[in-house]
Amino acid sequence: MSAQRVLVAMSGGVDSSVAAALLREQGYDVVGIAMRLAPEPSSPVSKRRGTCCSHDDFEDARRVAELMDFPFYVVDLRAEFASRVVDNFVSEYLRGRTPNPCVMCNREIKFDRLWYRARAIGADLVATGHYARIECDRDHDGDRYRLLRAADASKDQSYFLFNLGQTELARTLFPLGAMTKAEVRARARALGLANADKPESQEICFVPDGDYASFVERLARPAEIRTGRVVDLNGRTLATHGGVHRFTVGQRRGLGVAAGEPLYVREIRTAAGEVVVAPRGRLFARGLEAAHVRLVDPSFAADADAPIEVKIRYRHPSLRATLTMRSADRAEVRFTSEGPAVTPGQACVFYRGDEVVGGGFIERAIEA
Amino acid sequence: MPIYLDHNAGAPLRTEARAAIASLLDEPGGNPASVHRAGQRARRALERARAEVAELIGAAPRQITFTSGGSESNNLAIFGATANARGRRVVSSAIEHSSILAPLNELDARGFEIIRIAPDRDGRIAPASVVAALDENTALLTLALANAEVGTIQDLAPLRSHAVRVGAMFHIDAAQAVGRIPVDVESLGCDLMTLSGHKLGAPAGIGVLYVRDAARIAPTILGGPQENALRAGTPNLLGAVAFGAAAHAAAALMAEESARIAGLAARLLMNLSAAIPGLSLNGPLTGRLSNTLNLTFPGVLGESMLIALDLEGVQLSMGSACAAGAVEPSHVLIAMGRSVAEARSSLRISLGWSTSAEEIDAAISIIAPVWRRVAEAEPARDGAEIAR
Repeated sequence: MSAQRVLVAMSGGVDSSVAAALLREQGYDVVGIAMRLAPEPSSPVSKRRGTCCSHDDFEDARRVAELMDFPFYVVDLRAEFASRVVDNFVSEYLRGRTPNPCVMCNREIKFDRLWYRARAIGADLVATGHYARIECDRDHDGDRYRLLRAADASKDQSYFLFNLGQTELARTLFPLGAMTKAEVRARARALGLANADKPESQEICFVPDGDYASFVERLARPAEIRTGRVVDLNGRTLATHGGVHRFTVGQRRGLGVAAGEPLYVREIRTAAGEVVVAPRGRLFARGLEAAHVRLVDPSFAADADAPIEVKIRYRHPSLRATLTMRSADRAEVRFTSEGPAVTPGQACVFYRGDEVVGGGFIERAIEA
Repeated sequence: MPIYLDHNAGAPLRTEARAAIASLLDEPGGNPASVHRAGQRARRALERARAEVAELIGAAPRQITFTSGGSESNNLAIFGATANARGRRVVSSAIEHSSILAPLNELDARGFEIIRIAPDRDGRIAPASVVAALDENTALLTLALANAEVGTIQDLAPLRSHAVRVGAMFHIDAAQAVGRIPVDVESLGCDLMTLSGHKLGAPAGIGVLYVRDAARIAPTILGGPQENALRAGTPNLLGAVAFGAAAHAAAALMAEESARIAGLAARLLMNLSAAIPGLSLNGPLTGRLSNTLNLTFPGVLGESMLIALDLEGVQLSMGSACAAGAVEPSHVLIAMGRSVAEARSSLRISLGWSTSAEEIDAAISIIAPVWRRVAEAEPARDGAEIAR
């Protein structure tokens, strides 16, 4: 019997490299795939010299493949990434929201488009270097897959993966879910992987300089830029601004206003072009409304006021809350005690203990 | 053993080339320019290789300049022929190799006027369009004899008199044609011709520029007086003797080899066409390198096919691969009027001297089922990404 073929999405970083190496050791027929996602920088010099041939990160991945003796290829998903991730990123900012492109990339690219590539090359499974766990309960009704937080709480990436349903979980492997980052690095060193001590990537991959506002402005049509005023809670104008896409709820710096006490963005009224700022004490929300909600296990019946914990940003601790499904894909989350500022556009992910129940995208804060 | 069907990218080393390299491996060095007897032996081997290559294309040995490969030869031809020319126009086509296109872009940036003639749907460049583009201001006419990606063979012989009339140099990139079809510099009437070693069974790293009259071009690599002072640097002796041996073998075997390869390619095309509804050949049925089949596979991404086939042991190519491994849609197919979607669904199969009947039978039995699997796996959901 031949080994089961698995497509491993490889970035050249230590996590996906170790994921691939572990699966290879476990006897899988590993095929490493690096994805070209971001558009090439288009300076004339780099164009002439062909920067597409100098992706150092891909070379790191290729070296791992050579060392571990499995095939490795680069696939071009730039068109799909542009239409499914980048366009959404830009239009969300233009609507005064704060998108999370990693969540979209997982949903649209890594566990969707890449899956079709996997089937085309005869692979049954897709694996990534994400820190999260998948468990399967087998009973007479069939298999039920559960998505769980990683063993390493400080690295847990389950927040980015809430869109995976039963179909996706059944064909996905997260080989690092039970490991700590330190264990992964140690494993990489033991395997002799050159990228064992490579630093973490932090920025959004297609905005390497971190300047989201300029990126949005480059891709937006001028008419889409919503300029206007920075106002206080009484509607008093404090400043003018160059576009609502330059702000995110909860932001303090760069508001262009001088005030006695620190002010934060409380709300973005895109249609009016108004950015409402308030002192910290006026930022808190009681809960949130979420749209595009997906439940990991659709049979999970969210009765009214089901107790959950909710994560409203990746780097936020979970908050105790109750979940009420308002329709098939809309939900209301109420924090058990007063919660922090809620940022429309960000993912909100529902947990029960270590298990991801589901999640969605924050539509608006509930004030009272 | 994988089935290697990517000869247009690089042919496996011919037995004769291997033997020629091996015969020199134990020599105690020897620079062909040296006075001592080791140097003299090296010089003899180099000059024999030069004569063998010259014979393959009907040239005189002194007209053969060894280079590091086809790309260097093309660069030398373009920059060498335009360096001191009075004319400021270069006539070429839209389907040339990147080592023609990029130097022409550079000339463009330096103020030359570049005419890039579009081909017809089969990849043919109409001689009348070329003639119409040639004027008194034209410094250089450069065209490939056979296209690397689709195999279309151009009718270049009639262009000689027109190039002469306007005083333009005439360069032919024959890297893909030489060794596969008879090529004769006299009947083609060119001033310059590019040859590539690894396309006909020598290793990569050796090429040739045929130069009718060395006085008419300027060197691009300056240094010692090697290679008729057209290309400084100690020659790649092992590469040159391999090129000579491969050229000799290719010339001797051409009639038999090309008939055999044409038969195998025809069998491959017939069987794939029968198994894959909607499969289409890019390029003309006749007037094409018979070893080259550029095929549009309906309903699949060529990139996925390429990977899936490699995993099954069939090696072929798509467009021009770059070192990062990802593939751009072929500029040749786009220039031939194919859509980006069609170009992304097209693969190049190229046979050569090492291809056996058993390999073709095996390839037939692998390619069609892989196409079916890929077509089922990959519904075109993002607009018109792939050909239907």
